[in-house]
Amino acid sequence: MKFFRSHVLVSVDPQCLDMGAHEIVDALNDELVAWGLIDEVQVLETSRLGDPARFGPDLVVYPENVHYANLGVDDIPYLVEEHFLKGRIVEKFRAKETVVTDDELGAPKAKEVRIVLRNCGKIDPHNIEEYIAEDGYQALANALTSMTPEQVIDEVMRSGLRGRGGAGFPAARKWQLCRQVPDGPKYLTCNADEGDPGAFMNRRVLESDPHSVVEGMILAAYAIGASLGYIYCRAEYPIAVANLNVAIEQAREFGFLGQNIFGTDFSFDLEVRMGAGAFVCGEETALIASIEGKRGEPRPRPPFPAVKGVWGKPTNNNNVETYAVVPQILLKGADWYAAMGTEKSKGTKTFAIAGDVVNTGLIEVPFGLSLREVIFDVGGGIKDNKKFKAIQTGGPMGGCLVEEHLDLPLDYEALTAAGSMMGSGGLIIMDDETCMVDIARFFMEFTQEESCGKCTPCRVGTRRILDILEKICNGKGTLADIDQLELLCEEVMKNSLCGLGQGAPNPVISTLKHFREEYIAHVVDKKCPAKVCRALIRYEVIAPTCTGCTVCARNCPVEAISGERRQVHVIDEKTCIRCGICAQVCNFDAIAVLS
Amino acid sequence: MPTVKSLEDLKRIREEAMKKRDIKTTESRVQIVVGMGTPGIAAGARDTLKEFLNLIEEKNLTDVTVRQTGNFGLDSLEPVVQVIIDNAAPVTYGKVTPYAARQIMEQHILGGKVVEANVIPTEAK
Repeated sequence: MKFFRSHVLVSVDPQCLDMGAHEIVDALNDELVAWGLIDEVQVLETSRLGDPARFGPDLVVYPENVHYANLGVDDIPYLVEEHFLKGRIVEKFRAKETVVTDDELGAPKAKEVRIVLRNCGKIDPHNIEEYIAEDGYQALANALTSMTPEQVIDEVMRSGLRGRGGAGFPAARKWQLCRQVPDGPKYLTCNADEGDPGAFMNRRVLESDPHSVVEGMILAAYAIGASLGYIYCRAEYPIAVANLNVAIEQAREFGFLGQNIFGTDFSFDLEVRMGAGAFVCGEETALIASIEGKRGEPRPRPPFPAVKGVWGKPTNNNNVETYAVVPQILLKGADWYAAMGTEKSKGTKTFAIAGDVVNTGLIEVPFGLSLREVIFDVGGGIKDNKKFKAIQTGGPMGGCLVEEHLDLPLDYEALTAAGSMMGSGGLIIMDDETCMVDIARFFMEFTQEESCGKCTPCRVGTRRILDILEKICNGKGTLADIDQLELLCEEVMKNSLCGLGQGAPNPVISTLKHFREEYIAHVVDKKCPAKVCRALIRYEVIAPTCTGCTVCARNCPVEAISGERRQVHVIDEKTCIRCGICAQVCNFDAIAVLS
Repeated sequence: MPTVKSLEDLKRIREEAMKKRDIKTTESRVQIVVGMGTPGIAAGARDTLKEFLNLIEEKNLTDVTVRQTGNFGLDSLEPVVQVIIDNAAPVTYGKVTPYAARQIMEQHILGGKVVEANVIPTEAK
């Protein structure tokens, strides 16, 4: 085999070509020939190396891994003589900044299986070749050249893949329904409007491995017979939008998008649409309205999008994660995928773990792992050796689960049966210093804010629920309020138009179910057992411990603490705003929180 | 960039892409560093370098990289070559003619035995 001591990768991204990348390749080859180095150094063309807007025409030299940026043809003779003949790195041409690599994810933790996240941090999302080197677009090639759309649907059906957006509807079943509708043209949408607080599973995939979503969408389009797809991505993810656009551009260049893909008569193209920050646009009918340029409000179903979707035409909508996993299923086979997970929930799922746990962040685990394994093995247990109290699954519209649920397997059915849901995969873990009434109030505040206002039960109902929760947290609640709360929750759940209103009462219902005594403590005893609700707690100086150092008095923002030097200090309850700063600054643990 | 129209096209692009990936990620067991300052080149370092490249090709080695560097500051001993195996302390050789290069390749890099006749003693040793 021919051995080259050095390789030069030159970016021939369209933008770099405009800035003269081909001339640079020619000049490099000419100079290498002139110095007799052409047998030793090989020049290769590649996709993007860095953002062309910042790095201009650029190249990387291996094995040294030196990135030269913003080059012109006139720079090449000097560069070749210095670097390749004399072996000196030319500092003045070196890139001033380093290309940011994605190492946020880190190595897989115990019990993790990475399929959706397999390429994240491993490949350069701007370089389609790196995706291709990891078997990218191979599944598409196989499907288009040797499978019928029905066979694609059949394979995905056998894999047991369910929609990862939350409801868990079998993906292939949805495709089949859309395929069978006699109307056309058909559209494909990808829900990348990830809005749950603390959830960022989709962002990681879109930013770090956008081609897997693009390839999955092309495959789904082939199965359904769609001609155009929209990726609806929230505007709060600017890097995801930018990387998607680069990926789509490169896929077009290589002929994976556009007319007559792989020489067949199948044609398909993709567009990115940006959302403007409305949580409700994650609901499919609201998402479709927003794509059409209308106000992002849901509408009653049926007709389902499979019959009447974008522009009134049959549309299939799936989540980012659902599409991203499709190429792997077709490449490795339905049996391989179906071997992971539980009876009805196959494969793996990404979760964003947040809250009072040691390892916060993203994980991908097979379905069927118990909550205990996820919290204590993958998540590393509760922070600061505190005690586990509850876990909220399914985001702000999910429910909380407690100690007795810890051995439940993580799958769609088990979570629903326990009164929560899978949702898109946000897991918020709470320790024993969390007030569950306050948590319910927090989630309600979020959904109330995000209610679009179209239907009355959700618009008014969530507001009234929040009012009552605030009243309870402020120590003004009564037992009748709890009954009222339950009634309201039931009505809002039953009568709301879309999933947002139907799910909004979930955190209240589940906390009422598992932590009713905390609600009662708030309204009857006027106490907050977790000592969180400000109206129900007070701060007191523990006299024997206080040294009279004056730190608390000096740090109190409202001058509620008085006392002489070396004398026990006193907090004036009337002035105190319960900010807790005194307890934080005290070096002797002499401030107690009482309820 | 080429348009992919068939399985064969994709296969070809994939092979190229994998090669580029290997270029970026391969870590070599052996590094040969040749001094290419003006005195080095004048003393024939280019021929030495070429001999190393020929030997690698001849013996079909995949875990060796050849790098250039500037002047080692040992002008009377040029061409100067350093051999680093498995991140061990570098062995510095002087007066590495193409003949010496072959000896270093066969005895040191492949055989694991330093060619004492050409070694320049260094502090590290």
